[in-house]
Amino acid sequence: MKVIIIDDEPLARLLLREYLETYPDIELVGECSDGFEGFKAIQLHHPDLIFLDIQMPKITGFEMLEMIDDPPKIIFTTAFEDHAIKAFEMQAIDYLLKPFSKERFDKAMSGVKIIDNNKIDQLLIQSSSFSKLNDRIVVKQNNRIKIIPLSQVQYLEAADDYVKIFTSDGNYLKRQTMHYFENCLPAHEFIRIHRSYLLNTQLITRLELHEKESHEVLLTNGIRLPVSKAGYIKLKEVLGI
Amino acid sequence: MWWATWSLLHIIALHSFGFNYLQSSLDSGISNILLAGLCLFIKNNMRYYLPKNEKYWYVLFVSLTLSGLWLLCMRLSLWSIYDHDSIFMKMLTNTSLIRFAISFLLIGCSTFISLIWYAQKDQLKEKEHQSEIRNMVRDAELYKLRQQLQPHFLFNSLNSISALTKTQPDKARQMVQQLSDFLRGTLKKEDQDWISFEEEIKYLQLYLDIEKVRFGNRLQTNIHYDQEAGSLMIPTMLLQPLVENAIKFSLYDTIGDVMIKINGNSLKDKLTITIKNPFDKETSEGKIGTGFGHASVRRRLFLLFSRNDLLQVNSTADEYETVINIPQQNESHNN
Repeated sequence: MKVIIIDDEPLARLLLREYLETYPDIELVGECSDGFEGFKAIQLHHPDLIFLDIQMPKITGFEMLEMIDDPPKIIFTTAFEDHAIKAFEMQAIDYLLKPFSKERFDKAMSGVKIIDNNKIDQLLIQSSSFSKLNDRIVVKQNNRIKIIPLSQVQYLEAADDYVKIFTSDGNYLKRQTMHYFENCLPAHEFIRIHRSYLLNTQLITRLELHEKESHEVLLTNGIRLPVSKAGYIKLKEVLGI
Repeated sequence: MWWATWSLLHIIALHSFGFNYLQSSLDSGISNILLAGLCLFIKNNMRYYLPKNEKYWYVLFVSLTLSGLWLLCMRLSLWSIYDHDSIFMKMLTNTSLIRFAISFLLIGCSTFISLIWYAQKDQLKEKEHQSEIRNMVRDAELYKLRQQLQPHFLFNSLNSISALTKTQPDKARQMVQQLSDFLRGTLKKEDQDWISFEEEIKYLQLYLDIEKVRFGNRLQTNIHYDQEAGSLMIPTMLLQPLVENAIKFSLYDTIGDVMIKINGNSLKDKLTITIKNPFDKETSEGKIGTGFGHASVRRRLFLLFSRNDLLQVNSTADEYETVINIPQQNESHNN
């Protein structure tokens, strides 16, 4: 079984290495100190199992995981005792709260064999509640990870199974639902103005009547987006008109 | 309302002496509008200058001078209108003393009322300030509690110790010692205390050493100050939240090695401390410096020195700089 450790603290990696020594059938194929390295190593080695820290440089363990199409089995190792973490507990995928004992580690390892991959999808849904804390969107572009600060996001457009993210310097695709973004972006900054559009309210210059009973917003960059009836009500509320 | 009633009484009184309504009203109107104006002037004046000592003499002096002034103005204006009416003028002369007495009383009362009113307002303000200080102390205590507990820092440090125990037991023991000293320090320090910059740095060093064990070579520090700066005073634990902030941001918002630079300089009668950390303008802008660390230090400095300009932040494309100025006081630092 191929294993990769992803943790930004060298001693935390050392401890895992030490604990893993008692497992002869485990092959440690990589050690990474951040999500970017981790992302590359996973694509290169296709490990069966990763040990993943959550708080790491630039992108969190969750954000890295979102970039991987076919994630391996995961054991989280973290000092965060967060509600989001409690939610994972329900999902049979293990997480180790630092510092953890060898016994606790062994228990997690024995659980790895019975985890099925559906659970990982559920895990990713759960992780969205954690990403909500962040003020950025992490996307994959030409197999590289790009971080978009929320302030640079102009609007999001639904595109089949993806969401198209428009920024001042181009647009990016992310495999997600509009519903997900509507829930996790700050509600007073981003408004679902239409079934297919989520708009950064900073960009609105004008709200105007378009044909009968339907509205359009004009953005600072000259783009016009349709506004649905429900969206119009939300817009009026947020803009205070 | 009060003035209107008073003027009406004035008119009725004059009328009962046999003057017609026009004369009575004019007399009353001029006298009382002037009087009201003077009272208003006193009240306004007091907004800017509130006598603290000898306030009774102040009231007496103000009342006497203004009553005299009022009488003069009033007589002059009435005289210019009614100089042909000798009966009226005679009445005016006869009632001068009583008019003076009444105006003296009125101005005196109004001055006193304003005095009390403003004194009360001042007291209220003082009370607000006191309660703000109390809140601040509570916040600081809360923060101290969080410092003591700092779960993330503590658990990760324990995890590092756990990793060291088997391969490098001596280093593990050393780290336990550093962690204990650091935690003991956070328990002991009082917010009101001042210590020398050198001592504050020594304490900070404990924290930095622990973080360096955790993050290995990735975290480096460069602390520089001369002897004079080292001997200057600083409120305890003032730097800790700022340095912690600097470390957290550079470790989690940049990739690669992190160099934290701390500089202390003595300039005239103040201590200037600069904390520099690497920074990624593109992704970190707007986040750093808004955290609890900066806010709490800014407030603490404001309450200590009543100044908002002692903490400043600057950023370039890849470096973030926090500058703190600590004015040096020559008297005791314990209040």
